[in-house]
Amino acid sequence: MEIFLVNLIGATLRVSTPILLAAIGETYAERAGVLNLGIEGTMFFGAFIGFFAADKSGSLWLGFLVAVLSGVVFGLLMALLTVTLGVNQHVSGLGITMLCTGLSLFAFRLNYGGRSIPPSIESFPQLAPFKNIPWLNTLTEQYLFTYITFLVIVPLAWWLLYRTSFGLKIRSVGENPEAADAAGVNVFAVRYAALAIGGGLMAAGGAFLSLAQLGAFTHGIIAGRGWVAIAIVIFGNWNPVRAMWGALIFGGTSALQLRLQTMGLQLPIPYETFLALPYIVTIIALVLAGRNASYPAALLKPYRRE
Amino acid sequence: MYIVDMLGITKTFGELVANDNVDFQLRKGEIHALLGENGAGKTTLMRILYGLYRPDTGVIKVGEQPVEIHSPKDAIANGIGMVTQHFALVPPLSVAENVVLGNTDGFVVNRAAIEEKVGAAARRFGIEIDPKALVRHLAVGQRQRVEILKALYRNARVLILDEPTAVLVPQEVDALFETLNRLKADGLSVIFISHKLHEVTQITDRVTVLRDGKLIGTVDTSGISQSQLAAMMVGRETFGVTRKGEQHEQQPVTLRIQNLCAKNDQGMLALTNICIDVKAGEILGIAGVGGNGQKELAETLCGVRDCASGSIQLEGKELIGKTPAGFTQAGVGRIPEDRHEGMVGDLTVTENLALEHLNEYTRSGVLDHKATRRQAEELIHQFQIKARPNDPVRTLSGGNMQKVLLARVLSRNPKAVIVPQPTRGLDVGATDYVRQQLLEQRDRGAAVLLISEDLDEILALSDRIAVIYEGEIVGILPAAEATPERLGLLMSGAIKEH
Repeated sequence: MEIFLVNLIGATLRVSTPILLAAIGETYAERAGVLNLGIEGTMFFGAFIGFFAADKSGSLWLGFLVAVLSGVVFGLLMALLTVTLGVNQHVSGLGITMLCTGLSLFAFRLNYGGRSIPPSIESFPQLAPFKNIPWLNTLTEQYLFTYITFLVIVPLAWWLLYRTSFGLKIRSVGENPEAADAAGVNVFAVRYAALAIGGGLMAAGGAFLSLAQLGAFTHGIIAGRGWVAIAIVIFGNWNPVRAMWGALIFGGTSALQLRLQTMGLQLPIPYETFLALPYIVTIIALVLAGRNASYPAALLKPYRRE
Repeated sequence: MYIVDMLGITKTFGELVANDNVDFQLRKGEIHALLGENGAGKTTLMRILYGLYRPDTGVIKVGEQPVEIHSPKDAIANGIGMVTQHFALVPPLSVAENVVLGNTDGFVVNRAAIEEKVGAAARRFGIEIDPKALVRHLAVGQRQRVEILKALYRNARVLILDEPTAVLVPQEVDALFETLNRLKADGLSVIFISHKLHEVTQITDRVTVLRDGKLIGTVDTSGISQSQLAAMMVGRETFGVTRKGEQHEQQPVTLRIQNLCAKNDQGMLALTNICIDVKAGEILGIAGVGGNGQKELAETLCGVRDCASGSIQLEGKELIGKTPAGFTQAGVGRIPEDRHEGMVGDLTVTENLALEHLNEYTRSGVLDHKATRRQAEELIHQFQIKARPNDPVRTLSGGNMQKVLLARVLSRNPKAVIVPQPTRGLDVGATDYVRQQLLEQRDRGAAVLLISEDLDEILALSDRIAVIYEGEIVGILPAAEATPERLGLLMSGAIKEH
């Protein structure tokens, strides 16, 4: 039982990592007042381009870097559409998701043809700092990115948002851009920056899947994780630390349902029920937490100086 | 020596000329009023000075030096601060965070340190405010202080206040004026945008009057009377509509409201035991600072909001339980607070005029266009609406929109008329017209319940004045006994009179 629990917690951290990265990215975008529905596509493109660059160059790190840069580019594209041109945020975001998905699949097909077995690469190794203590090893044998996400990105994202002048600007342009503008804050620049950071984090989440967790790229690699991240942002009330708890709840039920499936329980319910479990739990958590959600007041509203 | 010179400023929005070759000069250490009707171009001129608009032509000098002001950031760098009508504050942030926003030294924001600094600045300028408080918990008057502190914290030497008293109770206004006089003594220059004459004559040293985007003149306040200023502002010697003749005591009660309680959108009790009788041929004014239950009261009296308990009787007939249409049929005329809420912007004037009584213009399910058109033409003529029957309502000016609403309601000769904030955002001409119409309703014998945050309006029109404070009627006075001071005390909750 202990082994099962330790194993479950270890898997939870792993499964949560990409969603948490994306959720923090989305938190930044929304805190600045832009709902980035390009999240799913940005993750997908990050997963693909990271894999592709690593495969061609032989460098996993180069692949990861290229992925993050691609996310920044799509974040800036979102900014161009919604901040500068004032296009509807839903339409822009969904457009970017479709663009990213189409581009990725097209390029994948051009380069790898229609193989039945997806191409794979040697993925990032897992770190094992406590090899000699079995139970601790099960818990801590994780990818470097998982460590970085939980120990560096989450606190850093929180600190940046609540303890720096940059964070103050992000929060103010998402709440009351008129006020921020009148106070001398460049609303457009802050929104561009927040979307660029957000896009980079989303793509990093995608690249984590293809370069670390799977070591391969498949059509269903993201499988709605971007949409889940949006729910987690709301669950987290636009706070990176609270988003972490949301990601852990989703990751935990995902890890649990996988184990329930393989335990060979003779239950009179189809296995799809287990597959649906994390999403059901997410919806329930969202319903419970979402009633008190305080949306950034300027979310979805393009800013114009009359 | 002028601290600010604006010379030959012209600004157009499409075909509208908001500022037409306007000159404006501000001296160091003076309070200078910018006076004009709504739409005269006061705010536009100041938004140009603050970098929110770019002028088409014209020169701006600060301290005799020509400057280019492209954004508020440039304005702040030139020592110009502005407190806009809608406060530029971020409600979830603290006072200190709001004050330092855009003006933080360094990247890291240390909360304790900024709270200390902002607190020290507040004491230095004599502004009473807790730097740790969240802005969302502050009252309007306090928020205004945060705004002023914000400008001063950025070393503003020129402070622009856009209609600063519109949201304040009389006592808060006194406190504001005290602060301004103290700051003036310290060498600050203040531009005071207003359309309230008594405030302008009370606080300012000089007045610049704008009308229709043009400069009418700049005068010393000490050498001019309110009626002379009014003449400059509106281009005619006298203005304003006032009630004439006392109503007769014996008139029967038309609208009887007893122990009315209702909840607001958040489910909190917004109205507590409201008891008001409105007699036939009387205007009963409800005074009060915004947000004390006026909106809920108006909605409940029109049947739009359910009441929790109590009774509303029109000529002895109970209205509680009826639908809004039932209220209208019974004879309650409802003029909604928000003009845009009362009409469908994309529909034409004709369609909007017929909207509340569609069944009368329908024959076997088909709308009789000739009849609606005929009615529209009549009402457009009768109410002097400057629009054609087929114009979409959203293309009309605020005043004409209000006339459409008035026409729709008043042409039915309702027994009781509920009018919340009927002249908000209208210019003087349209305001006079609306007030005249309300007086005609009174003289016709209707019971008019006027809910307004504009004390001058209440005083000019009402036969009796009730004051609402935190959902309760804290006093009902005959017009003759109602002085602004006494009403101000009631409105701020300082006293109760029953």
